[in-house]
Amino acid sequence: MTSSVLTQPVACATPPVQRHESEKPVIRERGQREVFCGLTGIVWLHRKIQDAFFLVVGSRTCAHLIQSAAGVMIFAEPRFGTAIIDERDLAGLADMNEELDRVVTRLLQRRPDIKLLFLVGSCPSEVIKLDLSRAAQRLSRQYMPDVRILNYSGSGIETTFTQGEDACLASLVPELPVEAEEAPASLMVVGSLADVVEDQFRRLFDELGIGPVHFLPPRNSRSLPPVGPNTRYLLAQPFLGDTGRILEDRGAKRLSAPFPLGAEGTTLWLKAAADAVGVDPKHFEKVVAPGQERARVAVERQKEVLGGKSIFFFPDSQLEPPLARFLARELDMKLIEVGTPFLHRQHLERELDLLPRDVQLSEGQDVEKQLDRCRDSNPDLIVCGLGLANPLEAEGRATKWSIELVFTPIQGFEQAGDLAELFARPLVRRTRLEV
Amino acid sequence: MQLTVWTYEGPPHVGAMRIATAMQDVHYVLHAPQGDTYADLLFTMIERRQKRPPVTYTTFQARDLGTDTAELFKSAMAEAYERFKPAAMLVGSSCTAELIQDDPAGLAKALNLPIPVVPLELPSYQRKENWGASETFYHLVRGLAGAKAPEAGWKRPARPEGQRPRCNLLGPTALGFRHRDDITEITRLLTSLGVDVASVAPMDATAADIQNLGDADFNVVLYPEIADTAAKWLQRTFAQPYTKTVPIGVGATRDFIAEVAEITGIDPAAVLAQAPSRLPWYSRSVDSNYLTGKRVFIFGDATHAIAAARIADKEFGFKVVGLGTYSREQARDVRDAAKLYGLEALISDDYLEVEAAIEALEPEMVLGSQMERHIAKRLGIGCAVISAPVHVQDFPARYSPQMGFEGANVIFDTWVHPLMMGLEEHLLGMFREDFEFHGDAQASHLGHGAVKERSDSPEQAFPGEAAVETKTTTTTTEWTAVWVSDAEAELKKIPFFVRGKARKNTELYARENGISPITLETLYDAKAHFGR
Ligand code: SF4
Repeated sequence: MTSSVLTQPVACATPPVQRHESEKPVIRERGQREVFCGLTGIVWLHRKIQDAFFLVVGSRTCAHLIQSAAGVMIFAEPRFGTAIIDERDLAGLADMNEELDRVVTRLLQRRPDIKLLFLVGSCPSEVIKLDLSRAAQRLSRQYMPDVRILNYSGSGIETTFTQGEDACLASLVPELPVEAEEAPASLMVVGSLADVVEDQFRRLFDELGIGPVHFLPPRNSRSLPPVGPNTRYLLAQPFLGDTGRILEDRGAKRLSAPFPLGAEGTTLWLKAAADAVGVDPKHFEKVVAPGQERARVAVERQKEVLGGKSIFFFPDSQLEPPLARFLARELDMKLIEVGTPFLHRQHLERELDLLPRDVQLSEGQDVEKQLDRCRDSNPDLIVCGLGLANPLEAEGRATKWSIELVFTPIQGFEQAGDLAELFARPLVRRTRLEV
Repeated sequence: MQLTVWTYEGPPHVGAMRIATAMQDVHYVLHAPQGDTYADLLFTMIERRQKRPPVTYTTFQARDLGTDTAELFKSAMAEAYERFKPAAMLVGSSCTAELIQDDPAGLAKALNLPIPVVPLELPSYQRKENWGASETFYHLVRGLAGAKAPEAGWKRPARPEGQRPRCNLLGPTALGFRHRDDITEITRLLTSLGVDVASVAPMDATAADIQNLGDADFNVVLYPEIADTAAKWLQRTFAQPYTKTVPIGVGATRDFIAEVAEITGIDPAAVLAQAPSRLPWYSRSVDSNYLTGKRVFIFGDATHAIAAARIADKEFGFKVVGLGTYSREQARDVRDAAKLYGLEALISDDYLEVEAAIEALEPEMVLGSQMERHIAKRLGIGCAVISAPVHVQDFPARYSPQMGFEGANVIFDTWVHPLMMGLEEHLLGMFREDFEFHGDAQASHLGHGAVKERSDSPEQAFPGEAAVETKTTTTTTEWTAVWVSDAEAELKKIPFFVRGKARKNTELYARENGISPITLETLYDAKAHFGR
């Protein structure tokens, strides 16, 4: 089923689990989807790649979406913006390609700090078939080597929320330098992580003696990691289907692992990397033990609040299955429904193995029907988007907004307690309030 | 194609949502892709509404294009009707659906639902949120009240003797700047005058209320951006006069009362005699002397900007140094208002242009929207918020209208607050050189310049928050100012909110007169040179 694990599994810190999947068929629905589009990823991606600008080619709606998701204008001139298509463009009174070139030229003149420009497609640009890849090539010819210009689509007709990051990273992969054939095996961690988390992982890999280790996306567009047949990649995020595929086209091999959420997830994730290069299991134990212990203690503290409580996930970021696994296995929570916008069976294989056998997964959405199911099952905690949270709270139900799980550092040992606390907080709050 | 960084207004269908969400039993079916559902959070998070907006999105995907998006629209609409049983429905397209041309109006008609369905055509590539709200309200009023329209040329019969006049309050919507409290305040004011409020619309109205709008004697237009078009139609159709004065500020409220008195034939003397606002006295009390001639920059929607300019000039004794709006539809009114202060209005929805104008004018205070509040914060200028676009802070828990006499009290407090804080900071600043205080800390109420902004409001828990990005100002001149130390020390004694300007003026003066280094004398020569 998987062709990507390079080495034989070595005895692991946590005993290997029997391969088994849920007995219940996945609910697949098509109806109103109450989710963001892929443009939203710009909110965190532009902070991650610090010399990149994200230029959405779209409508006022697209501009308003990003502004609403970013929530607050922290910067006068952020490193994202929207080239708003107007009626002159649509009526053919203005040549859209010329218009786009004009906007890009002015932008790059104004912002000499920009070294990487993403032209980001939207629903309107896709529907009118504005060819942004040609535009990117054309503009690249003009601006290389000063500015690299790439394109991807974050449109809502093609991408859901975190799939925007997938599309963005997938557009970066062809730009990665070729790793020399005789280069030693390298590890690439794929998916954006908060800098603090990245640094923690880097230290752990160092101690384990795993290296060289590269991260995609890099913090700076000038330090793109190399890729080749000696590259093993480890996904840090579960929503990177296309990026994984294209990395494999370039010879990289995926290390199958659960995602680094919670003590168990983080251990198994690091273990996958360690086993791939044959790190001595005793050494592995020794290196991860302190972090593992801290994570266990911190998570344990929240068990009092969360243990035995039931939880319902509305689809949002594709992080739902790994989160559910963490909550079920490390906090004894009862999973009622785990909704996800898209279930990538291969990338989630290890997660699906670890989930309880009776878990109800759902893929896609019909928000009204899902709300009916949610109300019927009356869970102790509901994980949902910002459009649903307050209305559900007003019905007397406890909610956790899912978007915070994407914008907060939650991966790794040191964040495991914080992650559990994010779920505990709404419940604790309810016990405190007497109004 | 225009590069946009931050926008003042959303797309027109968000305006339509503000109408539907304000009402009780109207449902909106919007042909749109999934990402457009973000608009729900504006209502549930910013306004903290307890219910989801009554909007069904078709959320078509790429694979549906060219095959069954129309079918999708029909089934979404039929299901929405079954589930929500609304009294009326709105149907329309978002920007993307506009391009695929599915004709929601025709599709809705084919469904033959037993309720009124009002189709909306809101050109997304041309228009914006307020226009969308206005157009939606107008079509809804026309569609629902139109059924009761009398014959052309009908004359409204005189009100029966002894019956109190009745009016509708038109314009308040969901996500409006203080609309909730303005309704309460103006209703009270009208009641005290002897006028009853028949309906408020669209806020909290039912489809039936809209149907009966024509029954009232006249209309009060609270927000012309939203209700002007509908009020004009009601005037033509039902011979209902409507008020033109927006009662924001003491003077405007008095004018509004006079206008209502004239329409209804009521004597307003008793109400006016109560001197119901504290603003006039507070503004005359001696402690307010320091407000005199303060240079203010005003920017917002047309209604609030024009009102703020009048209050600033006539009721605070400020000097209006800039006035502008992002509402192009009302540009003319704002231009006319600006002329009263000898100014050229700034009509722009380009945030960077507004920022540049503020930077150039160096006002002592900014009255604007949340966007200008951010600009002012960065520039270290005090700011009070007078207009949408709204932020979670614009929905305070306390009663906080902008309109009527209580609104004037609220405005007095709100505007004076940042200046007071500025003064307090100055006093504190005088001790800064003391050992207990350290150097160049910025005024706490102005935020922390380029340092990250902290806020506890929910939609801000993002990673970008922690990072810092400063705007680089480019120096075009080779001339560098050199200050002798006692001149520099003297400069520090000047209140911080004018210090920047004093420094700039002095350096300008020194440069123009070829003076270097800048001494105490130069500082005072420059002061005399630029003195007002
Ligand atoms: S769903 Fe499409 S139109 Fe809407 S904001 Fe996203 S990209 Fe823009």
